[in-house]
Amino acid sequence: MSVITVYVPGDAGALAVGAEAVAKAIIREAQARGVAIKLVRNGSRGMYWLEPLVEVEVAGRRHAYGPVRARDVASLFEANFHNAAKHPLALGATDALDWLRNQERLTFQRVGVTDPLSLDDYLAHDGFAGLRAALAMAPTDIIKAVTDSGLRGRGGAAFPAGIKWKTVAEAAGTHKYIVCNADEGDSGTFADRMLMEGDPLMLIEGMSIAALAVGASHGYVYIRSEYPHAERAMRTAIEVATAGGYLGADILGSGRAFTLEVRRGAGAYICGEETSLLESIEGKRGQIRFKPPLPAHKGLFGQPTVVNNVLTLATVPVILAKGAQFYGEYGRGRSRGTQPFQLAGNVKHGGLIEKAFGLTLAELIFDWGGGSASGRAVRTAQVGGPLGAYLPPAHFDTPLDYESFTARKAMLGHGGVVVFDDSVDMAVMARFAMEFCAVESCGKCTPCRIGSVRGRELIEHIMAGREVARNLATLRELCDTMISASLCALGGMAPFPVLSALEHFPDDFVRAGRDAA
Amino acid sequence: MTVSHSERQQATTRALAEHGAAPGALLPVLHAIQDALGYIPDDALDSIAAHLNLSRADVHGVISFYHDFKHAPPARRVLRLCRAEACQSMGGAALEAALRQRLGLGPDENVSGDGIALEAAYCFGACACAPNAMLDGELHGRLDLETLEALARGVAEVEP
Repeated sequence: MSVITVYVPGDAGALAVGAEAVAKAIIREAQARGVAIKLVRNGSRGMYWLEPLVEVEVAGRRHAYGPVRARDVASLFEANFHNAAKHPLALGATDALDWLRNQERLTFQRVGVTDPLSLDDYLAHDGFAGLRAALAMAPTDIIKAVTDSGLRGRGGAAFPAGIKWKTVAEAAGTHKYIVCNADEGDSGTFADRMLMEGDPLMLIEGMSIAALAVGASHGYVYIRSEYPHAERAMRTAIEVATAGGYLGADILGSGRAFTLEVRRGAGAYICGEETSLLESIEGKRGQIRFKPPLPAHKGLFGQPTVVNNVLTLATVPVILAKGAQFYGEYGRGRSRGTQPFQLAGNVKHGGLIEKAFGLTLAELIFDWGGGSASGRAVRTAQVGGPLGAYLPPAHFDTPLDYESFTARKAMLGHGGVVVFDDSVDMAVMARFAMEFCAVESCGKCTPCRIGSVRGRELIEHIMAGREVARNLATLRELCDTMISASLCALGGMAPFPVLSALEHFPDDFVRAGRDAA
Repeated sequence: MTVSHSERQQATTRALAEHGAAPGALLPVLHAIQDALGYIPDDALDSIAAHLNLSRADVHGVISFYHDFKHAPPARRVLRLCRAEACQSMGGAALEAALRQRLGLGPDENVSGDGIALEAAYCFGACACAPNAMLDGELHGRLDLETLEALARGVAEVEP
């Protein structure tokens, strides 16, 4: 009897909605019925409304069922799902699902497809092709390929990756470091987590290529403590890659050395800011550093350091394997390539959508997302995390690229979109933006440390109807001070959600006052 | 949960032996101690400081900076509710308020009479399955009040 391969995601999002119980039930049922199965814990396909999504491979093609609960498993076997038979939860062949068919998955090409911790599976799906190409290239040519591809930092700042690498390559230092910023703290973003859980070897490959390009010998992956599954996956993947000769003293016999270790954050949003992150790896309070010097010149332990986001580094292997031109042909204007967009919040079909830059926010929310989960009207979407602006439906025609968002006093950031229906109170959301900044401020600069506390108080006064006009004026002035005088993006951008709420939803602030009066 | 003096000492010694030599060792050392004991006991500070050539104030400063590090043993159950935007868009704040009421928690209380601690968290990265909470390290999504209360009380095997 042939062994049937069944896939149940080990992704944290899928586990949160019961994937572990489903996996256990499948093993139990298969044993009880004498069906030989091989269970693979893959990453998530990113269709979270269908999680736990179970797939079965029949004659080389995968068929999807979802959302599956543990109590559905017996009926799946009863219906002969392990031979891809019909069932109320059957979704058809996975590769024929519109959600996946219509994406342009480059960074996420293997996530959900492969066994994340199997080196063989990784290699069978073009893994390490980028590293092999890089090993045959001069460091300057690797940097040129990354520069020519147009890849910009996916963590939010959108700084050209190739230029950062060139700076580090040319900087003098006794050691150089590659640091992966996996402190994905923005609400509504989960692509870094999915990638680390679903294809950790790709991140390792990208970091190794970066090391070859700049001459680094050691790297760190700094993962937030809220991501225990990602941390476990990365630690195991580093062992797997080292055992396979892809990391260590002599990468694939090239004589080049690169080692990698995981560091766990400790619950501090500010450590997503690159200099705070470096302080934290050094064992200190995660307080930001003055710039200059840039981390590229004096970074970790005072040495030249590349600090890139997970998605930036994980995109590098594709660029090296397929060429800068291939990657750069995707996208729009100065936003080249693809972006794994993350659609979440009050949306019917939330998840991961990797597309070339340029689709509009409306397409994302309505065509992909199917509108609100509650069935009510969509009132706003916050793009780019807690420091991003709230956009009204009138701005949903904004194309998703860096420049178009900047032109609308918003930011694309890390590509996270959080949808809200018309029950949202924008004064409450504005207050939350200040409150969050107050909780997470590192305390180093006054505009952020004190400004966020005062900002919250002012919004509370406005909501209570106390001297509304005067407090609104003070709030705007305070926002201006925070934007102009904060040392980093936390204090400098926390006013953006506040100001966008004031600009696009002024009635919520006045109404709050009227209700109280 | 009470932790004896020798247990505390053992955990600290082991953490320092395993992680103490790494560059920037303090966070890995603190995590190792907290993973073992559930918190960082005050009497560990001197040995950590001495071993890492830091002042006691340096160590205290780091422990107090990060939200994760605790200086007292944790409650029997720790439920971390996500307060970030995506969870709010799915009614997270109302859910928290209702749960607090069910657990009989006042506005400034965070631990219930039967040892359930509520903590704020800001995003677990499961934003497409909001609202989320983490109970003793396990992540749970698409929560409603009944499920959340059952989780908090540990009274039911929960399947969403």
